[in-house]
Amino acid sequence: MALLSKKDANLILDPLADNNPITIQVLGICSALAITAELKASVVMALSVLFVLGVGNVVISLLRNVIPSKIRIIVQLVVVATLVIIVDQVLKAFAYELSKTLSVFVGLIITNCIIMGRFEAFALGNGPWKSFLDGIGNALGYGVILVIIGFFRELLGSGTLFGIPVLGDPVTKTGLYSIGYENNGFMIIPPAALIVVGIVIWVQRSRNRTLIEEA
Amino acid sequence: MAMNTEKNSYTVIFAVIMVVIVGSILAFLATGLKPRIDENERFEKQQNILYAMGVNQNEGDGSVTFIPTNEVEAEFSKYIKKQMVVQGNTATEKADAYLIDLKNQIAQIKAGNNAELPLLVGEKDGKEFYIIPMYGKGLWDAIWGFISLDENMVVQGVYFDHKGETPGLGANIKQRFFMDDFQGESILDGNRYAGIGVVKGNNDPLNEDKEDNEVDALAGATITGNGVTAMIKESLKLYKPYLETIRKK
Repeated sequence: MALLSKKDANLILDPLADNNPITIQVLGICSALAITAELKASVVMALSVLFVLGVGNVVISLLRNVIPSKIRIIVQLVVVATLVIIVDQVLKAFAYELSKTLSVFVGLIITNCIIMGRFEAFALGNGPWKSFLDGIGNALGYGVILVIIGFFRELLGSGTLFGIPVLGDPVTKTGLYSIGYENNGFMIIPPAALIVVGIVIWVQRSRNRTLIEEA
Repeated sequence: MAMNTEKNSYTVIFAVIMVVIVGSILAFLATGLKPRIDENERFEKQQNILYAMGVNQNEGDGSVTFIPTNEVEAEFSKYIKKQMVVQGNTATEKADAYLIDLKNQIAQIKAGNNAELPLLVGEKDGKEFYIIPMYGKGLWDAIWGFISLDENMVVQGVYFDHKGETPGLGANIKQRFFMDDFQGESILDGNRYAGIGVVKGNNDPLNEDKEDNEVDALAGATITGNGVTAMIKESLKLYKPYLETIRKK
């Protein structure tokens, strides 16, 4: 890649696969369970986290030499909280319906452990450009999993994608429903997300056996 | 730049500057976006009110579909003929009465003060609808909604919403299959304002008996259902003196 050095590119690519925040580090699980019943909410949550983590990492990195180490966690919290409030207000002003669907979960970004984790582990010790790439990479890694879970849960649970019916109409029995297919109501409820995450983790580790932890 | 970032004085100054900067940014943003956010909330209320009187774009048995946001203002002024505030058994017209927050008015009544209860009169296909707001408590947080009645005190439609009921359980009070059951139910039991109870095992899951003041409860959402029952009762209690004057006997 000409645009990025190999090292920089790895900052983005690593969290997408071999160091994925959800499937390898098992961070950010709570939001992955809560909002993935619909694909649309998954995508918006992923984009919000992308914004907060990308900008937040840069801000923390720029401030890394002036932040008093005694209150660095508080400073990190203030930065996340500010960015989250910005996201929340902008959604309420420009995408009101969506902000209702996401409701409390936007606020929950503050407690998303991926964000505090990247601030503490990466942005405090690296320059702004590297931190930005790291933030984007981790947010994408989180987003990819969210979208995968959202895709299967909405497809199998409601027979729709982005709210558009793709398997036919369950009421008038057209498409797949005409041969006796039924939506799986279990996919709508949060435990189903755990199972999908589990399957993703299983597939990933069976393809790359170096990821399997020693028992 | 050799600054001692470990000194206490530095820490305090840093914290103060940080708070001032962040505070200003947020205050600026909040003020700038407030008109848009307020407008969105106003449109939502109009959509909910119209929904309760059956002005919506529902198709089949599926999902709740409101009048689109960009049309709702025009539709609202077309269907809502009178906006009033009720005090005891008198009602006076008041512009934009629908924006009055029922929660504040209930607090006024509890404090022993005079309250202005909003009531809207809508008209569709030559038929009059009396639309009353409701406010109550679910399992986790507030629930609210609108109920529209005709002059025989028969429910023409309802809309419920909630702040934080459990998704898949209590949150289903805003689903069609629950709200549709209320249509056609009478809130009267003889001459008594009985409201409508959300009850389990009423042997009428298809809701064919419209005179029993009951609809079938949601499985797994007992407390939210009880909240809905109580909310309807409380609201009717507030409006009963005025409803008596319009009721056809």
